[in-house]
Amino acid sequence: MSQAYTERVLDHFQNPRNFGQLDQPDISLEQSNPACAADRIRLDLRFEEGEIVDVRFSGQGCVISLAAASILTERIKGALLADLQDLSRDEFLEMLAISPRASQLKCALLAPEIFREAAYGEPEWPR
Amino acid sequence: MMREWTQIEAQSDFPVLQRKINGKPLIYLDNAATTQKPNSVINAISDFYATSNANVHRATHTLGEEATHKYECARNRVRKLLNAQNSSEIVFVRSATEAINLVSHSWGLSNVQPGDIILLTEMEHHSNLIPWQLLTQDRGARIELLGIDDSGLLKMEDLDRYLDERVRLLAITGMSNVLGTINPIEEVAKRAHEVGALVLVDGAQSVPHLPVDVQALDCDFLVCSGHKMLGPTGIGVLYARQKLLREMPPFMSGGEMIKEVSFTNATWSDPPSKFEAGTPPIAQAIGFGAAIEYLQKIGLARVHEHECSLVEYAMAQFREIPGLEIYGPGPDHRGGILSFNLNNTHPHDLAAILDEQGIAIRAGHHCAQPLINRLGVRAMARASFYLYNTFDEVDRVAEALLMAKRILTT
Repeated sequence: MSQAYTERVLDHFQNPRNFGQLDQPDISLEQSNPACAADRIRLDLRFEEGEIVDVRFSGQGCVISLAAASILTERIKGALLADLQDLSRDEFLEMLAISPRASQLKCALLAPEIFREAAYGEPEWPR
Repeated sequence: MMREWTQIEAQSDFPVLQRKINGKPLIYLDNAATTQKPNSVINAISDFYATSNANVHRATHTLGEEATHKYECARNRVRKLLNAQNSSEIVFVRSATEAINLVSHSWGLSNVQPGDIILLTEMEHHSNLIPWQLLTQDRGARIELLGIDDSGLLKMEDLDRYLDERVRLLAITGMSNVLGTINPIEEVAKRAHEVGALVLVDGAQSVPHLPVDVQALDCDFLVCSGHKMLGPTGIGVLYARQKLLREMPPFMSGGEMIKEVSFTNATWSDPPSKFEAGTPPIAQAIGFGAAIEYLQKIGLARVHEHECSLVEYAMAQFREIPGLEIYGPGPDHRGGILSFNLNNTHPHDLAAILDEQGIAIRAGHHCAQPLINRLGVRAMARASFYLYNTFDEVDRVAEALLMAKRILTT
């Protein structure tokens, strides 16, 4: 089995979780990754009292960017916004349990960065 | 009819090709991006630093004379390679991109008027597109495009449509870096000259892979890049007719490019030094000279034959893979470049999985986004060959593609 294309990653790619769009999201944000052939992902989020109560993702991209988005929706659903805010970029990737190769880092980070900007209004990661 | 398949025994000259990647022998198929370097080039550069390093021109010490001699020998090698009349027509620059920018600034700003047309093709690399966008925007001129047909060949009938006296320059690639299409430059240049337009050839892909003769092509400008033809990065070439270089104002200014300087004024030296302000990339030019020597020993006609054989073989092998779509013309009209997509798989995933098998290909828009969009896709995978690639390698790539297909589509 391939190093980056693990069974888990391929499973999320072939059977994406929380795929689609929300009817009434509190926030919806779409961004592209020019480094990977203009892939686009949209994230819809709904919050209640600081908790992420629902999330959907849609769009197109490579295996890594779509699998990362799918894993992200699973991990953040039900989480408190405050608990995720101070995670650094590497801590966030660790939480998703994905370790992309250097040339695919931007792909793996596409959904996490959309989430950061949508949830906290700041694309930069804490140090 | 099948071509006779040629082989060039060259792998042992290239130290990096002895490497293993992920435990597998490296198969390097990203040659349209940059090529690997033979020992003779690596040695020419390190020998220069070890024995003759000095700045060129104007020095009266031995090292300076040696450095100048080697640098000018490299220029003469380029002259011979391109069959230019005079080595003063060979300007050393940093890259093919810089050479095009030199022309768009120096020639363009003083010759292009509002309403004029710069004629390009739909298969240009961004480096032969964006400088002309900036120039035409600045001058109130405009760009027109010669189209391509569905097989990726230039639509020659578009020459009738666009060529008239408003066209100041036709800038065209000798070989598409995406489709591998080899353009009929001689014929196109003849047609452009009939209406008084100048012709610039982007030779970044053609000069490294097939014989190119600027006098036979009758082009006015030609650019190429050292690192795409076994040389180091940081060295490129602008060929231009002597008359044009004499008339054109400097692009960069500073040391070396002057005749006389006062506090308020300066006069320019003759070409090529008029266009080589500052200390040039000396070691890089010398390394480039060694690369040309290596290529000429094999012969560019043989290099071209070998790559045509490889690409024809690869096209036949790849066609056996269900769902694999190849872009561009048949083997008779293309060089050693093969762009493709496999079903709905993302080319970045293909490239990543092939890398695990030690195979280096490229994925993306290949700095030709308008062309990729024109062909109705977002990205492509590209295998590009050079003289050191082999038929066995093609077999291994085909196997790896089948494996990638299994991984990505189960």
